[in-house]
Amino acid sequence: MVGSKEIIKVSNLMKQYGDFTAVNGISFNVYEGEIFGLLGPNGAGKTTTLEIIETLREKSGGEIWVDGKSVDDDKNEIKKIIGVQLQAAGYYPSLNLTELLSLFSGLYNVDIDKMKTLKSVGLEDKVKAKYKELSGGQKQRFSIATTLINNPKIVFLDEPTTGLDPQARRNLWDLIRGIRDNGTTIVITTHYMDEAEQLCDRVGIMEAGKIMTLNTPDALIDELLATGFTKQKDVKGANLEDVFISMTGHEWRDE
Amino acid sequence: MKKYNQMRAMLSIARASFRSSTRSPSAVVFTLAFPLIFILVFGFIGNSGGVRVHVAVDNTSDTLNAIYKILENNPAVNLYADSDSEIYRALKKGDLDAIAHIEKQDSGYVVKVATSDIAIQNGQLFKGIVKQIISELNLRAMPNITLPFSMEDQPVIHGREYKTIDFILPGQLGFSLLSTGVFGTAFVFLNLRQTLVIKRFFATPIKRPYIVIGEALSRIIFGLIGAAFILTLGHFAFGFTLIHGFLTFSIMMMLCALGLIIFMGFGFVVSGLAKNESAVPPLANLITLPQFLLSGTFFSITNFPNWLQPFCKVLPLTFLNEAMRRVSFEGAGFMDIWKDLGALGIWGVIVYALATKLFRWE
Repeated sequence: MVGSKEIIKVSNLMKQYGDFTAVNGISFNVYEGEIFGLLGPNGAGKTTTLEIIETLREKSGGEIWVDGKSVDDDKNEIKKIIGVQLQAAGYYPSLNLTELLSLFSGLYNVDIDKMKTLKSVGLEDKVKAKYKELSGGQKQRFSIATTLINNPKIVFLDEPTTGLDPQARRNLWDLIRGIRDNGTTIVITTHYMDEAEQLCDRVGIMEAGKIMTLNTPDALIDELLATGFTKQKDVKGANLEDVFISMTGHEWRDE
Repeated sequence: MKKYNQMRAMLSIARASFRSSTRSPSAVVFTLAFPLIFILVFGFIGNSGGVRVHVAVDNTSDTLNAIYKILENNPAVNLYADSDSEIYRALKKGDLDAIAHIEKQDSGYVVKVATSDIAIQNGQLFKGIVKQIISELNLRAMPNITLPFSMEDQPVIHGREYKTIDFILPGQLGFSLLSTGVFGTAFVFLNLRQTLVIKRFFATPIKRPYIVIGEALSRIIFGLIGAAFILTLGHFAFGFTLIHGFLTFSIMMMLCALGLIIFMGFGFVVSGLAKNESAVPPLANLITLPQFLLSGTFFSITNFPNWLQPFCKVLPLTFLNEAMRRVSFEGAGFMDIWKDLGALGIWGVIVYALATKLFRWE
């Protein structure tokens, strides 16, 4: 599935706000067709990095190519081939989903089958619902639907599962895997390590504007174990979340 | 690949933003409910006449005579000074009850009084006052054989009734455009920034100016629909004068569009200055309230003290109100109101120069 073609190249990226260095000379590549995770605590520079790649923010230094186009010269060309999901809402609250999809189909200059788009994120029952009437999970799913309108090569998801219940998270994972399986590259940020472990083909862990380490989740765990690390608690075959899911089911909830 | 069409993207923003406005209670209230309430109230109050007569002396009159001095000091007489064309216009509208021309002739002074048929009573009252003054003055001048003061009636001028609604409606319409323009624009861009709608737009290929144009277009259409509604209702339900019918209506709508665009500029300035939502109302009120009170929205600015009037006269809403009243009641065309249009144009340049300096995207 994961190709060897680098679809995003980040080289020595710097971002400064006055005296504060938010991103401190990081370099990494994202390969075509993978789910790439940027992990890290709040303030580590994940969102800043993402927004610079998305052409929403200017960088202070370094170079970035998205599908061979430089963020310095080709902002508008890049915008045409990426889909962006912002951390917080970005939609007229009082418009219904059909109207919002009309808006974005106009913004991307593409004609879409709105019903099909809503179906792809499981919102076909919410055609006439206003954005503000959706639950947290539904908002995130709708937000992802708008990122797919222009059939992008890369989709950026900034903490898409923050604040969602376990069912909604799991279903969002399925949705994200489905998008990847259609050949779209995904760059995601998250606070949840279980999510990264389940979802991401490779992860980079950021701290204080630097990438501390970057590899597949498996390799990172092996690296740690190789240093002689052991968990203090005996690991059982299941955890509390497994209990929760088995008790409350996998169905999507209309919170 | 098909070329990206900014126009299509812009129009889809305009459509979405328009839909959003129609669902916003505050936008509907500001644009329609407020002006309608005022129009209803004033539409039913009707005219209430005063005991004073409003009179002007034309510019070619001799003012260095006793009769002028007495008129000037008569508490029942309100003397106005303006250009001759203005005072005759006012006489036709009923703003003035009579115009006096005082002429020095070989035999003495002759007062010629012009009145109009819409203020017959006050016109007669004024003639009575003049006659009385003249007979008193003549009595005092008895030793002379010739009577130095006399009065002549001028032919009665035909005027058209200037109803309260003809004054109130343009004022309310102007104020509605002002509040829609300032509050609407200021809040919309602040909201778009805060709800990140505008950031989401940035992530699409639309160019920034087209986002502003799209949003502005929707406000203009929304405001104009409100204006059309107010004009139509005022005309059919309260007898608001649209002198040349649809032509006048069309010119009024164009004036509304011009006014709205300028007032939106103030909105952009406010949204640029305001750090957050709670900072918008004070700033927006600072712009709208003085104009609400001082721009002849409810009563003519001639009622204000003389020191205040120069200030009233340069406010943008004053120019818009004045232009709309002349267009709707007198059938003035664009050529006739070029001074008001020019003044509005100057305001537009100033405001948009400021707005472009202050506008913030994030």
